[in-house]
Amino acid sequence: MASEIKQGTLELVNHLPILQVITPMLIAPILVVLNNKTLSWLLSFLGALACLAISILLIQAVSDGSILTYYLGGWVPPIGIEYRIDAANAILLFLISIISAIVLIFSYSSLHAEIPEEKHTLFYSCFLLCLTGLLGVVATADIFNVFVFLEISSLSTYVLVAQGAYLDRRALSASFNYLIMGTIGATFFVIGIGYIYMATGSLNMMDIAERVNQLSDNRTIQAGFAFIVVGMGLKLAMVPLHVWLPNAYTFAPTVVTCFLAATATKVALYVLIRFVFSVFNYEDNFVNELFFLLLMPLAVIAMIAASVIAIFKQNLKKLLAYSSLAQIGYMLLGLSLMNQKGLASSLVHMVNHGFTKAALFMSLGAFMLKTKNAYIKSLRGLGKSMPFTSAAFVIGGLSLIGVPGTAGFISKWLLLEAALETGYWLVAILIIASSLFAVIYIWKIIEVLYFSESSESYNEVSVLTLMPMWILALFCIFLGINTSLTVDVANMATEILFK
Amino acid sequence: MKHHLILKVITKFMVGVIVLFGLYVQFHGDYSPGGGFQAGVIIAAAFILYGIVMGLENVQKVMPIWFAQKAAAVGVLVYALTGVFSIIFGFEFLNYHAISPEHPKHGQHYGIILVELGVGITVTFVMIAIYYSFAGRTPRLDDKEW
Repeated sequence: MASEIKQGTLELVNHLPILQVITPMLIAPILVVLNNKTLSWLLSFLGALACLAISILLIQAVSDGSILTYYLGGWVPPIGIEYRIDAANAILLFLISIISAIVLIFSYSSLHAEIPEEKHTLFYSCFLLCLTGLLGVVATADIFNVFVFLEISSLSTYVLVAQGAYLDRRALSASFNYLIMGTIGATFFVIGIGYIYMATGSLNMMDIAERVNQLSDNRTIQAGFAFIVVGMGLKLAMVPLHVWLPNAYTFAPTVVTCFLAATATKVALYVLIRFVFSVFNYEDNFVNELFFLLLMPLAVIAMIAASVIAIFKQNLKKLLAYSSLAQIGYMLLGLSLMNQKGLASSLVHMVNHGFTKAALFMSLGAFMLKTKNAYIKSLRGLGKSMPFTSAAFVIGGLSLIGVPGTAGFISKWLLLEAALETGYWLVAILIIASSLFAVIYIWKIIEVLYFSESSESYNEVSVLTLMPMWILALFCIFLGINTSLTVDVANMATEILFK
Repeated sequence: MKHHLILKVITKFMVGVIVLFGLYVQFHGDYSPGGGFQAGVIIAAAFILYGIVMGLENVQKVMPIWFAQKAAAVGVLVYALTGVFSIIFGFEFLNYHAISPEHPKHGQHYGIILVELGVGITVTFVMIAIYYSFAGRTPRLDDKEW
């Protein structure tokens, strides 16, 4: 379905795909010009709410399987840039928007503890640019546009991670590491785009897909694909390319960690999915072998190794970061099964893990507001003095393990089903083993929270801090009971991708 | 500070010429090579030259830090609002036909000038801001301590 814009009449409904991306982009420079701390927060929050509203409208529009397209500047693709919203990216747009809105509520009460007041305006501006980039990557159907938005989000992410330096100078080296690795990833990605452009002469995804079909076994295309897989592997922290992630998540301000853990790696994974299914031919032998021989073993290694490492970490932010690596392993595994169920589980897990990990990082952030550090020993007995924060943490933890009734269960179940259906028994056993490791490291924290004597007693955090983390915790439960938002949309998305 | 007299005199003369050339590249960008990015870099080079020769304090009297920061944001706004203008008048984002619906060709012309103006403003002030943040860092060691 093409966008039907009657020139000369204003109908905002037709402009939803672009409004989704430009709303935060417009607000970001306004914040810098106004330079007022409270107003910055308010405008960012309103912008995030507007994005959320737009993404809900988009999900409603595409939930019947239709596809919305939008031609930037009125230039018809393949010459112009096209935005293309289907079920697969609508669900991610929703995830990114809602997480940004919830995280911004949290930042109102927590940011002053981590970043000096005079930097708040620029922080929010940077945050909105990061949001713009992530939304843009997901919305666009032009591969060079993907690169541009990816860089917008990455560059602002480096700045956001470096803001942790006011509490811990190691944030600077973490951010620099991330910058180097992220830039190498982006370079590989753009080289891959270059190869594709060389072979097909087009940058529009649909157009390339048509031309790639006629060019089976073309070495240029294969090299381009390999470059894109490695580039995105760096951005999504696929296991041997993951070294930037634990430190970046550990030393970034909590608000940033929450936002990134829930969205950034998922967006990179989405780009990979989009390239495999909408740009390249997923039935191609080369693509299938690459995923079976390379990505599936790496995903399994991530699941097991990262979970084991997480068990031994004393810094809880680092523990959760390693657990994120393991969860990325699940998503990658779902994708590398190369069937509809696997891909659906991957998409569902993106959303479910987004809420779960955001809830965990946010409640950890609330503990840190009081304890001032993230070490496990300083959480002793906080289950009594900070009951609500602890409870939210436990719900997030249960969802991370995959206990029935929580969001994590749904996606892990789908993944298990997909693995068993494909006949990978060993993989299925390893999925369960990895979940058991998750039980160990989550239990380790719960034990410290509830079953050890407190050395110091703290007051519960304010209601404004509790509210966002409880919204996330309730989402973890809601998505475990009502799957119409996640599973149904993901099934719709896989049908479109596998057409 | 009598030494470097020649440099200072030449700099004062050159700054105006460089800015003028930058403006030429900016507004002639749609007919000849050039455009907002190149023009922005050229204009910023004028300020950076002034800063290198006359000292950081002097150039910051002409171009305060806060102004560079805000102006960089204004450039982005000019670009984005050009796009929003198209939406408000019922065209696609950044469809320059909206600027002059009777003469679409004129619309395209004006549109590209506006957008390039936004790019030029942002690039100029971002370059200046980058120069400020590098030049403004106090060295850990004085030259004499080496």
